Amino acid sequence: MKKRKLGRGVAVIGAGMTKFGMYKNKDSKDLFTEAFNETIASVDKGFDPNEIEALYLGNFSNDFFVHQAHWAPMISDLIGLSPKPATRTEGACASSALAFREGVFAIASGFYDIVLVGGVEDMSKVSTEEVAEGLALATVPYEGRVGFTFPGVFGVIATAYFAKYGASHRDLMNVTIKSHNNAPFNPKAQIPFTIRDMMNAKIERAKAKGRPAPQWKDEIEFLSDLSANPPVAWPMHLYDCCPISDGASCMILAAEEIAGNFTDKPLKVIGIGQGSGRGFHSAKSLTSFEATQNAAKEAYGMSGLKPEDIQFSEVHDCFSIAEIIHTEDLGFFKKGEGYKAVRDGLTRLDGPIPINTSGGLKSKGHPVGATGTSQLVEVWKQLRNEAGERQVKKKNLRIGAAHNLGGTGGTCTFTILERR
Amino acid sequence: MEKKIFSDIEYNKYLNKKKLMGSKCKKCGSLFTPPRPICIDCYGTDMEWVEMKGTGKLAAFTCISIGPPFMIEEGFDRKHPYCVGVVELDEGTKVDARIEGIDPARPETIKVGMPLAVKYLHRKKKGEKLTYLAFEPV
Ligand SMILES: [Zn+2]
Repeated sequence: MKKRKLGRGVAVIGAGMTKFGMYKNKDSKDLFTEAFNETIASVDKGFDPNEIEALYLGNFSNDFFVHQAHWAPMISDLIGLSPKPATRTEGACASSALAFREGVFAIASGFYDIVLVGGVEDMSKVSTEEVAEGLALATVPYEGRVGFTFPGVFGVIATAYFAKYGASHRDLMNVTIKSHNNAPFNPKAQIPFTIRDMMNAKIERAKAKGRPAPQWKDEIEFLSDLSANPPVAWPMHLYDCCPISDGASCMILAAEEIAGNFTDKPLKVIGIGQGSGRGFHSAKSLTSFEATQNAAKEAYGMSGLKPEDIQFSEVHDCFSIAEIIHTEDLGFFKKGEGYKAVRDGLTRLDGPIPINTSGGLKSKGHPVGATGTSQLVEVWKQLRNEAGERQVKKKNLRIGAAHNLGGTGGTCTFTILERR
Repeated sequence: MEKKIFSDIEYNKYLNKKKLMGSKCKKCGSLFTPPRPICIDCYGTDMEWVEMKGTGKLAAFTCISIGPPFMIEEGFDRKHPYCVGVVELDEGTKVDARIEGIDPARPETIKVGMPLAVKYLHRKKKGEKLTYLAFEPV
């Protein structure tokens, strides 16, 4: 593959996000306002929003979820940017990673010096069935037609993986437990509890209501109990799936040569990759995401780095099996070894390659259009040593990455940031 | 000679007539299900319709408890899950399909690799006849 490069360097100089959650009383404008204000406040040497030259906004399906389309100019007006250009990017659950890419390209081309990129999604105002229907808009038509759902697509991938590599649902539970162990340390997480916290809360609730208290000896036993963890699309159970969320996230990008005017700790965009996928009918393998592999190839090629150079990464864990497969496709582990790596603790916060220090989509939440930049907000926090109790404690922490997946693998991105 | 374009609409019309069709590139011989108008192996555009035998094996599957509205209308719910999967046809290509003749409530009894044969599920939607591709154990 040709070595990719940017026309000029691009840096992140500010970042922010809302706490993810289900908000009855906040809509997309309210959420984006919060994320935007936090982003402006995050710029070390101060920032005048008037310096923003353009907006790139990721949004998947507010059209469906709240019956309102064309969000870029509305958000642009909200934050006082109009009449400067505003562009919406749509790549299903990778929509804001695409906004980030467009912003990078706009600056790298020399056309703009400073742009705002981000994403927003407002999903919780409709019923669970409607959310499922809305998300299924991003499945491949041949799949949707015979009754596939999003969890169903990942259920299929899981059975293919189990058959090929001998893993089982128990191995997926380790992913859930690991991600949730990081969540209590993330103040932006929608579900800031460990699996053990939630298990104990259920026992206490039963006792308080005078019912027989369930007897689970550990998290695995809890997650193996079908009454506590019912199947959604076997082998995907409730705790294999991320929640329904509302939220927003954003970042300010600047040309590298002026980044020092705003902060002494800019993060340089050193690798940026994207790929597109096909449906099952056309996929070369049911246990790999071709789009992720292509995104990784582009990003590693551009940065000159190898998987072992990545010190930690956010990885798109919309479903537990997805995290395992992506960590293999990104080269962190060999094919078929990802589930063993989780079991052996290699992806824990204190492991050699921490994955989803934020708690991941599973516990941080997944407002689809806002997820891509929110993953990069986590990389920003970690590389600036601002992640508090979930801080990755590695010597010379310099390089972090984020992998975002859209739909059922139709759009995947991989972005590598470096603290200079 | 067939004049039908290699589209999803024509593919679905064939399904209505209980025919599982693919397209074959006349230049390089690559076969595609569902049919493609452009060969993704050689970019050839001279394609022909080919009927599949309708047999294959289960490549992967899932048993869905929470389905979309049209499956709920068919009577599926948390207590009555349904099975969908990816079938690798004997000709070497893959299709997405409903899997019947197995017990979706006991997914541990369904095995990747099991041999399957095609059947067709006909439904009416807004007066229009729709056919869903399905497979069942041989
Ligand atoms: Zn060809």
